Amino acid sequence: MERFEYASPATLKEATALLGSSWSDAQVLAGGTDLISLMKEYLVSPKRVVNIKSIGELGGISKTGAGVRIGATVTFDELSAHPLMRDYPSLVTAALGVASPQIRNMGTVGGDLCQRPRCWYYRGGYGLLAMKDGKSLVPDGENRYHAIFGGGPAYFVSPSSLGPALVALGAQVKLVSPSGSRTVGVDQFFVIPKSDTERETAIQSDEILTEILIPAARTKNATYEVRHKDALDWPLATASVALKMNGSKVGSARVVLGHVAPTPWPAAAAEKALAGKSIDEATAEEAAAIAVDGAQPLSQNGYKVQLAKVAVKRALLEAAGKA
Amino acid sequence: MHEHDLSKVGTRAKPAGEQVAGDPDKAFQEAEVTSEGEYGIPVITHCCLEPHGQVVQWNGDKVEYWPSTQNVTQVGNDLAKLIEVPANQIHTHMDYMGGGFGSKFPPDLWGAEAAQLSKMSGGRPVKLFLDRATELTIAGNRPSVFAKVKTGAKKDGTITVWQSQTWATGGYTGGNLNVSLFPYVFNKLENKRLNHTAVSINAGSARAWRAPNHPQLSFVTCSALEDLAAKLNMDALAFFLKNIEITTRPQVYKAQLEKAAEMIEWKKYAHLRSDTTKGPVKRGLGIGVNTWGGLGHDSQCRVTIHPDGSVDVDLCSQDLGTATRTMIAMVAAETFGLTINQVKVGIGDTQFPPSGGSGGSTTIGGVTVSTRKATVNALGKLFDLLSPVMGVPADGLEAVDGRIQQKGNPSKSMTWQQACAKMGTQSISEMGQNKQAEAVKEGLINQGTSGVQMADVSVDTDTGIVKMNRMVAVQDCGLVVNPKTAESQVFGACIMSCCAALMEERIMDQQTGRVLNPDMEFYKLAGISDIGEIIVHMDITPEHDARGIIGLGEPPAVGGVAAISNAVANAIGVRVPMVPLTPNRVLAALSQRRIG
Ligand SMILES: Cc1cc2nc3c(=O)[nH]c(=O)nc-3n(C[C@H](O)[C@H](O)[C@H](O)COP(=O)(O)OP(=O)(O)OC[C@H]3O[C@@H](n4cnc5c(N)ncnc54)[C@H](O)[C@@H]3O)c2cc1C
Repeated sequence: MERFEYASPATLKEATALLGSSWSDAQVLAGGTDLISLMKEYLVSPKRVVNIKSIGELGGISKTGAGVRIGATVTFDELSAHPLMRDYPSLVTAALGVASPQIRNMGTVGGDLCQRPRCWYYRGGYGLLAMKDGKSLVPDGENRYHAIFGGGPAYFVSPSSLGPALVALGAQVKLVSPSGSRTVGVDQFFVIPKSDTERETAIQSDEILTEILIPAARTKNATYEVRHKDALDWPLATASVALKMNGSKVGSARVVLGHVAPTPWPAAAAEKALAGKSIDEATAEEAAAIAVDGAQPLSQNGYKVQLAKVAVKRALLEAAGKA
Repeated sequence: MHEHDLSKVGTRAKPAGEQVAGDPDKAFQEAEVTSEGEYGIPVITHCCLEPHGQVVQWNGDKVEYWPSTQNVTQVGNDLAKLIEVPANQIHTHMDYMGGGFGSKFPPDLWGAEAAQLSKMSGGRPVKLFLDRATELTIAGNRPSVFAKVKTGAKKDGTITVWQSQTWATGGYTGGNLNVSLFPYVFNKLENKRLNHTAVSINAGSARAWRAPNHPQLSFVTCSALEDLAAKLNMDALAFFLKNIEITTRPQVYKAQLEKAAEMIEWKKYAHLRSDTTKGPVKRGLGIGVNTWGGLGHDSQCRVTIHPDGSVDVDLCSQDLGTATRTMIAMVAAETFGLTINQVKVGIGDTQFPPSGGSGGSTTIGGVTVSTRKATVNALGKLFDLLSPVMGVPADGLEAVDGRIQQKGNPSKSMTWQQACAKMGTQSISEMGQNKQAEAVKEGLINQGTSGVQMADVSVDTDTGIVKMNRMVAVQDCGLVVNPKTAESQVFGACIMSCCAALMEERIMDQQTGRVLNPDMEFYKLAGISDIGEIIVHMDITPEHDARGIIGLGEPPAVGGVAAISNAVANAIGVRVPMVPLTPNRVLAALSQRRIG
């Protein structure tokens, strides 16, 4: 890896002041489980690394008037064990599925949302859009783990397991820069880059993601992950659902697919189809089929359509307590 | 870059020529049932947790060399040629190493490079180990095998004919396969037609991997035979037993199949192909078999008894994590009537007498015989010295329980320490040697082992995810020196089988020529929760004991892939032709079945 300057500020104000106007000036270090690999592979070579783990105000999970606030440096492990998370099994399942106990002890929720894609062409140095000679390597290449939604030119899948669960729960993130702060819905936080110079999230190089805010609204929620390996692996497809119930019927639903597109992928048509229904095998199956309608699989990843479908069905049954 | 499709490899294919036995054409005409299938097992890499590499220090005209190697005795000689120094100026050391699996014999160019750097730096120690990506790209690739097999049988399940077209790659060097071993283990079949084509591709070259060729041969054979059994509508175990007479060791395989069946509760869980119970999760059982040589290599050992009673046992072998040290200590301690803490074993150093490389399951036979002989010789010298003192003829003495005594008479004895004190100031130092051919005649070691693996899996037919429930392994290896470490070899082999059957695969990119998964994230290996329960039974019988010691490192790593692949076919009712049995492949096979 290249040499870099290391800073470990004690306050958020100092930290944002240490960031720069471009990604090569400085990058944020949280658990380091992804950033260090990226630096070792020369995929990013910031001049300065700004450790944010010593900043007290970025930690902790607490109740606020509007819901629950999760500090950016909260680890997966803290998150999954916290009493305030009991109402959010979809998030806990997603957190517990991540990698290994070691990564769950080091990795943070902020890092999970900001981690870079695992696409092997990107990690191999071909850029986010996997371009070689002006053409994406993905469609004619090894694309078994790539996107089935989004339609290109970005074919990587969003690596964040928490992302889909947070989108389904209607969560927001707070981004702070030297010039102020802004709050962005998690659904707006993830973006599909259209060119190699764009990024896959809305965060700017001088911003720090400081917290996640989950609204108080009570939902039945669940996540189902299809994983090849039981641990130390990324899911092949996931679904997170959150149901606002109206008696025994669904009032409104959020259904969000994971690891199938460059962003968490809301299945709006399935959400609509679920409204007013009670959840059983048949309605779950029907919504699942609708959720994957319009998928555009590549040469090797047609199976992910089936996996996403199964994930939706099983997440719905789980949320409804019928798994 | 790819060899999967033989019709597309063009001039990179080198057919090996056809081998025919009996009259396969006639046998197919007469066969009452025939079965055809395609099978594939990709290139996998060794993925040693400790990558290849070494520390080298040029010290005057001497070179101190600490490689990670499976062959301490020889690797320095090979390095000597590369860096052009006399071999006696290289001193090789290795106390521990983190995995080789057949890939760590030569010094390799990085050994020469490190030595050169040390020399250029005026003799500083240079540590040069491959990074993960390089390790997985060039430091070990096990050849693939693809096969089209046609088999024929009588209605009663008797196999009558085998025909296979196989092709394989081991990188740019091509990919040979010892096809005369087809059908594997069930080898005494009269009618066969065998064709093989080596395909060279632009990828890292092959290195030996635990039982070279055998896992692939076993996978292709057992899969094709299981498919034939399914075609016959016959229980797979009954079918394997029906054809037991054409195996290389009918009695042994019969007993082992029956034992494995008992352990996996075959009667309770077995069903004909396709689990017909309701729900998406289907369960199935499968069988795989193995065989291997395992004859101990040549080895020399020097044993020194010191006047204070301490004992050195020195030989230039190596411990790959298999407990070679412990085995040597056990043999020496037993000869001297001591506990294993009372003997000091020295290995991994070229100052010690030469022993062999640890490949081909040859270490245990080699080191135990040389150790036994050296210790017996040294003890003989001690008895000669004690005979006049104790007033007992030398051949009337024995060493038991930390004492030297008249045979069977503890009242005429002295402690080991007292006995050794009689040596005065002179130590006793004796050599012992294993020479393969002699040791076999003497009944100390042997070759030829057998084993059976059975797998019990559950397959989620909605997701294509295969979960291991149980795997049982029954394995013979002649006289078992230490059942615990022997079992541990088998456990490890079963875990490697789960990896290869369910996850492992080198993925190459056609467009860039690069390995896409030279890491430990997408080069997938099974974790603890992926392997299910493993149950090992060492096949210990008086008959096996009488054959002497035989190596065990490779054979248990052979049959597991076949067993798992067969269990999946048994569960879901259709063959998944290619391993690893990933969700995409399982789902593809299932959709074929639904269409078909
Ligand atoms: C084998 C393996 C399996 C894995 N499986 C999964 C999985 O199934 N699901 C999953 O979601 N993840 C998985 N991961 C990834 C893991 O979750 C991430 O590495 C982790 O979440 C990153 O968090 P971190 O705190 O270590 O981030 P770091 O490595 O410190 O940072 C990652 C990136 O985010 C930026 N960043 C971090 N925090 C902030 C912040 N507060 N504000 C602004 N930028 C920030 C950094 O600058 C960097 O670019 C896996 C990882 C491994 C190695």
